[in-house]
Amino acid sequence: MSKHSKQYQRADEPIFWGLFGAGGVVAAFATPALILITGLLVPLGVLQLDYASVNAFASNWFGKLILIAVIAFPMWHACHRIYHAMHDLKVDVARGFFKVFWYGMAFVVTIAAGAYLIAI
Amino acid sequence: MSQAMMRVTVQRYRPEQDDAPFMQEFEVPYADDMSVIDALHYIKDNLDGTLSYRWSCRMAICGSCGYMVNGVPKLGCKTFLRDYLNTGLTVESLANFPIERDLVSDIGDFVEKLEEVKPYIIRQDAVSVQDGEHLQTPAQLTRYRQYSLCINCGLCYAACPQYGLNNEFMGPAALTLLHRYNQDSRDQGRDERIDIVNAEEGVWGCTFVGYCSEVCPKGVDPAAAIQQGKVESSKDFVMSKLRPRRSS
Repeated sequence: MSKHSKQYQRADEPIFWGLFGAGGVVAAFATPALILITGLLVPLGVLQLDYASVNAFASNWFGKLILIAVIAFPMWHACHRIYHAMHDLKVDVARGFFKVFWYGMAFVVTIAAGAYLIAI
Repeated sequence: MSQAMMRVTVQRYRPEQDDAPFMQEFEVPYADDMSVIDALHYIKDNLDGTLSYRWSCRMAICGSCGYMVNGVPKLGCKTFLRDYLNTGLTVESLANFPIERDLVSDIGDFVEKLEEVKPYIIRQDAVSVQDGEHLQTPAQLTRYRQYSLCINCGLCYAACPQYGLNNEFMGPAALTLLHRYNQDSRDQGRDERIDIVNAEEGVWGCTFVGYCSEVCPKGVDPAAAIQQGKVESSKDFVMSKLRPRRSS
């Protein structure tokens, strides 16, 4: 039998890993297209997007769901990644604070985006 | 006839006389079929009998001769001088483990972790010989077979940056063996192993760098085993909220 019968604590990681995974899928499939459309094609005038049609899209529940998904999930993905990259870069000071800080940031963005969408 | 020679740089460390490891160069006769352990044998037999290194089977099944070859974890028996003609050849002890002497690394921590995951079939119900053998379908075999090919050489630990940063992490091979037994249809020991899977030191210490799978000399995919472990742990997380498994 093993020498040290260690007590293992269940990690809370499944919650954040789930959001990270969802964000990864959204970021891989939708984010590049969104950057292309909203960041390049529309500003360059290649594609026309008028306020009325975007507003109409954000006004129905289907559109709201899509918008919250493409905003919130990649945010959780990025914050989770940065939090873990800090450990990879040996920045291990105040892990507890940075955990609250990064996941808190994703949480605030999620709530704010949700509130804005509901308000539309 | 003049024999072609090759320079081999070897890490030395003799704790009773050296303050720190240092590199020593040797000239060894070159042949196309010469492996790294052949070169080390030549050095030990002809140039410096004090050189220490582990080896045994010479055929990539014992897992003893893991070294860093030009900074990459390799088995000495499966790595040939001919592939280093242009780059030169430097042999060091496995990264992420303390150096015991010369190329011998102290893999005690890895061995303890292997024991910790209970890498053997656990049965809750006693089965007698008269009941016959446990039958397994090809599909059931496929679920764990590749993970059972691990030879415990420790190359994946030398490759894993997370183990290098924090050796509380169970690491690739131990988690792969754990997964191998949990996936075996004959095994009933999942509940005894799941606490390790669920822990920060378990699958959650992995950030899916994937270098473990790249260096594995047996084609095992530890990174895949650990990601599958994350799915298992996530399912267990949800189930534990819905239906607490046991008091703990």
